Amino acid sequence: MSNKNLNKTNVINKISLSRDDKIFNVFVLIVVSFVFIITLYPLIYIVSASFSSARAVSTGQVVLWPVDFSIEGYRAVFENRDIGRSYVNTIFYTCLGTFINVAVTMMAAYPLARRDLRGRSAFSFIFTFTMLFNGGMVPTYLVIKRLGMIDSIWSLVLPNAISVYNMIVARTFIQNNIPNEMLEASQIDGCSDAQYFFKMVLPLSKTVIAVITLFYAVSHWNSFFNAFLYINDRSKYPLQIILREILVASKIDANMVMDEETMAAKQGLAELLKFSLIIVATAPILCVYPFIQRYFVKGVMIGSVKG
Amino acid sequence: MEETTNKIGCAKKKKMPKFLNQWQLYLFLAVPLAFILIFSYWPMLGIQLAFKRFDINLGMWESPWIGMDNFIRFFNSYQFKRVLVNTVFLSFYDLLTFPVPVIFALFLNCVRGNRFKKTVQTVTYIPHFISTVVMVGLLMQTFNPMVGVYGTIYKAIFGEVAPDMMANADAFPHMYVWSNVWQTVGWNSIVYIAALTGVDASLHEAAEIDGASRFKRMIHIDVPSILPTAVMLLIIRCGSIMNIGFEKTFLMQNDLNLRASEVISTYVYKVGLSSASGDFGRATAIGLFNSLINFLLIITVNAISKKVSEQSLW
Repeated sequence: MSNKNLNKTNVINKISLSRDDKIFNVFVLIVVSFVFIITLYPLIYIVSASFSSARAVSTGQVVLWPVDFSIEGYRAVFENRDIGRSYVNTIFYTCLGTFINVAVTMMAAYPLARRDLRGRSAFSFIFTFTMLFNGGMVPTYLVIKRLGMIDSIWSLVLPNAISVYNMIVARTFIQNNIPNEMLEASQIDGCSDAQYFFKMVLPLSKTVIAVITLFYAVSHWNSFFNAFLYINDRSKYPLQIILREILVASKIDANMVMDEETMAAKQGLAELLKFSLIIVATAPILCVYPFIQRYFVKGVMIGSVKG
Repeated sequence: MEETTNKIGCAKKKKMPKFLNQWQLYLFLAVPLAFILIFSYWPMLGIQLAFKRFDINLGMWESPWIGMDNFIRFFNSYQFKRVLVNTVFLSFYDLLTFPVPVIFALFLNCVRGNRFKKTVQTVTYIPHFISTVVMVGLLMQTFNPMVGVYGTIYKAIFGEVAPDMMANADAFPHMYVWSNVWQTVGWNSIVYIAALTGVDASLHEAAEIDGASRFKRMIHIDVPSILPTAVMLLIIRCGSIMNIGFEKTFLMQNDLNLRASEVISTYVYKVGLSSASGDFGRATAIGLFNSLINFLLIITVNAISKKVSEQSLW
């Protein structure tokens, strides 16, 4: 039915469209399509190149679709020991880190969302101040070192255990969506603050928990800086460090190459591997992305409303 | 309302001071507070290094004070002007692209096909989720003179191998800023698109009956309705003007574009942590210099916005 209505209004609009409006509409369509293509093309190109043969990639034959369809790039990615190990590491760090993040964030968001908390504004200030000012790279490094966390996985999951931004998102959600009357009613029934948290707040905050879980998970998956500073042990490297070595620094051990032909083939493969690697490294996010897009958008919207 | 809550709370647990009634809340709060104190406030004690000559044998607390020496050495070094200019330039250039997502949202809002609109939104959000490392890798592959799109097109048009953009210091700011735009335009437009869907349809109808064109309606109805949001976000952006992130600049850096790509944060890393003989004192001083400017900027900007638009970050 709504579809019918929509068609109707469209018809009316079409009839009453002035010449200016027509020109404007075409202009809008061109601009939006331009942005669309500019965004989409590099993404398609990467996918196509990753499924092409090494020779097609290194000679620049790929334009839009795969040339000489092959999966040798992916085979090279999966055969690479470093990539495999770092991939497993990153999955582990992401799971552990996100769990800690969400737990700690909710533990801060709930009390700070309670309007009757004594000293609420002082506590809020302690948290938000860290968004404005910090000790800096070197002092933070020294603290991590002092705590003996260099080369330990804890240096990847504990220092950023709470993101104040996400905490504010969660706090705002709790404040706006769980009415105060609920708290009063539970208190009359003798519900303690902790019980209220576990039995009321957590179940009612599923949406925002989903949102911050996603935000944290993505940031762990993509995080580079902490591992770059604090981890020297190769076996503990997360994926992004290995990605940097291969994609940015182009460090691929070309072993002992004898003749020129194998050298060229190796180089071609090295280029191909980069494309495949980009896909493999981003795939987990992109696979789940269509299903959870609305949660991300929701998170942005909650965050933009100040609590 | 709060009164009754407290009264009931008090009636239940007699004689206890009011705030102790809430000990469970404080217990919850203690955990995140501990994290913040250890990982955010403890490093702030390390700021004293900025005024000390760090001696690894003496440690942070026992190292001798040297006053403002670290700062003076930084201000007098030949690198000072370069990193400062680069940082400010990149920030301002980046700030100039602020209207791009606003305009994109306005235009997308004028598009009529709903399915096309949804598709465009979905696709333009994707780059936001690409990690910085992959983003820089993608940039290097795209602009690779031999195998990239850029190289292929350049060769097709000019018939010769393209110059390497990644090694060109003059191209660096453009590459940095516009790849940022590519990555964030969709994501940053979410807020505006949402604000635009909230616009009262009767406004548009009334204007249409009065003969206003779609363009006129965009200027006089759509723009004013997202202006408050845009101003607010612009204020936030202004507050972080000196805050050029470490990761992307560092990853895009190479010896050939260093002239344009060395910013304060990467310089801090190089002075302090990149080698075993890092100068912790000087690096801390440079970092502190940057943080202080950021801090003052955001305070000022917020004060201005409070006066002008009655909007404030806190």
